[in-house]
Amino acid sequence: MQVDEATVRRIARLARIRISDEEAQSLQGELSGILDWVAQLDDVDTVSVEPMTRVAAHALTMREDVITDGNIAGIVTANAPLSEDHFFVVPKVVE
Amino acid sequence: MTDLTKLTLSQARDGLVAKKFSARELTDSFLTAIDKGNAALNAYVLPTPEHARAQADESDKRLKSGNARPLEGLPLGNKDLFCTNGIRTTACSKILGNFVPAYESTVGQNLWNAGGVMLGKLNNDEFAMGSSNETSAFGNVVSPWRRIGKNGKPSTDKLVPGGSSGGSSAAVAADLCLAATATDTGGSIRQPAALTGTVGIKPTYGRCSRWGIVAFASSLDQAGPITKTVRDAAMMLKVMAGHDAKDSTSVDMPVPDYEAVLGKGVKGLRVGVPNEYRVDGMSAEVQKLWDDGIAWLKAAGATIHDISLPHTKYALPAYYIVAPAEASSNLARYDGMRYGLRVNGSNLTETYEQTRAEGFGKEVRRRILIGTYVLSAGYYDAYYLKAQKVRTLIKRDFDDAWNTVDVMLTPTTPSPAFAAGEKSGDPLAMYLEDIFTVTVNMAGLPGISVPAGLSSQGTPLGLQLIGKPFDEETLFRTAQVIEDAAGRFAVPDRWWIKG
Repeated sequence: MQVDEATVRRIARLARIRISDEEAQSLQGELSGILDWVAQLDDVDTVSVEPMTRVAAHALTMREDVITDGNIAGIVTANAPLSEDHFFVVPKVVE
Repeated sequence: MTDLTKLTLSQARDGLVAKKFSARELTDSFLTAIDKGNAALNAYVLPTPEHARAQADESDKRLKSGNARPLEGLPLGNKDLFCTNGIRTTACSKILGNFVPAYESTVGQNLWNAGGVMLGKLNNDEFAMGSSNETSAFGNVVSPWRRIGKNGKPSTDKLVPGGSSGGSSAAVAADLCLAATATDTGGSIRQPAALTGTVGIKPTYGRCSRWGIVAFASSLDQAGPITKTVRDAAMMLKVMAGHDAKDSTSVDMPVPDYEAVLGKGVKGLRVGVPNEYRVDGMSAEVQKLWDDGIAWLKAAGATIHDISLPHTKYALPAYYIVAPAEASSNLARYDGMRYGLRVNGSNLTETYEQTRAEGFGKEVRRRILIGTYVLSAGYYDAYYLKAQKVRTLIKRDFDDAWNTVDVMLTPTTPSPAFAAGEKSGDPLAMYLEDIFTVTVNMAGLPGISVPAGLSSQGTPLGLQLIGKPFDEETLFRTAQVIEDAAGRFAVPDRWWIKG
């Protein structure tokens, strides 16, 4: 699987990671190499195989539908790069 | 007084209970060792001496009044992937910056509730992605082990301590803590343990709570300890494990007393030796190590059985789909808005892109991109779903094998520790470090690495035992037989201590 530069840029855009021109070049080779290597999975017949979802069958437990936490806005916003009055301050999203 | 840092966890426990020394004296010995030794090894990214002394003083009160808890007063290191309440936690990534959690990981809390003393936060590969601790934002960890050259003198090459739990393995091997927390997604507990002559166990998926541990690949991540001895690992896991309502994948099963089974031996135990682990290019010394392990278990009364796990060779490629896919989704949360680094751009998208370009290191960016690719429109079935189906086949191989054997024995790594820079230029060469460990994560099974010998260059090699789901007890008693036969391997010279 040869990954071209346009694909690398599209993926980087989807992942919201800026890449330099130089990286766009080197990543083509790196990603192609890894994808070629994982392509050996095509040799495995999985037509009638279910995907694995968990190691041991056990039912998810339910908890009481009650509020167990809250009124900690100060703690929630304590690590914000920018905050005001317990609100996260973010770049303008809507013009 | 003898050097308290050389004690094992269980010896230190016994010494404290017998009042041969105080918890404060024990903790101070380690704080001094960290002061003098951490600069050369870079195992700790944040020592927490005041926190440690306060915990040790509390332990001394309890020891005095006869209320000692299971790990009372025992100094431990904590991998920086575990969130610590009020203490900086970064996963060794720039993107978390000076993130200070307002909560403690469940596994960490279990240790502190049992009387453990935290000496500080330990280095690791960024977001636990790496096999050599060369991807940390805080720089490489250096192994305390050195190769012995042909002239019989130690080489100056800086060896890697393995990864991703390289700070944990180096700190335990260098006596900078009695034991450490670690995590394992593809081998990150067992491979560093093998490369540093320490014991590392990855329990069954679901045995330990993942709550409060920075997520890498959620269907694979498990916490476990790295320790000096098998007994110490049993002591640590007993406390770390257990059901947690805050992690729906943690399993509500009783946690056995692992120390109680250590002397049970392996008489009559059926040990499987998987054919597919005899890979091309395995060194003669690793082959010999494996044969030694087989001989030790046989001599102790176990029976040895050749078995086949036909899908073994597909585990690593399937892992490099599943793990990056889950990582790309887990790491989407680092967007510079609510915590961590923010690099401002001229609009929101640019802010995201610049924050993530600057905040994530090269290997993490590479894996996010691979993960994004395999999950992108039109590719989900071809990659992620396919890999999850291959996982079912890998697990089925093990399920079939458990009809004829009780435990499996393999090498932990294909080769001994390498020097920094030797593999970091080639992602695929680095990924192959996990070839023997990753199957265990893919199938969700427990695995333990036990030191079993030294390479021709005087560096440690480990053997791995793989067990049935939730049968860590068999791993512990079998590992004890190997440890008894092989002996322990301590670093010959404390070259890293200054002053």
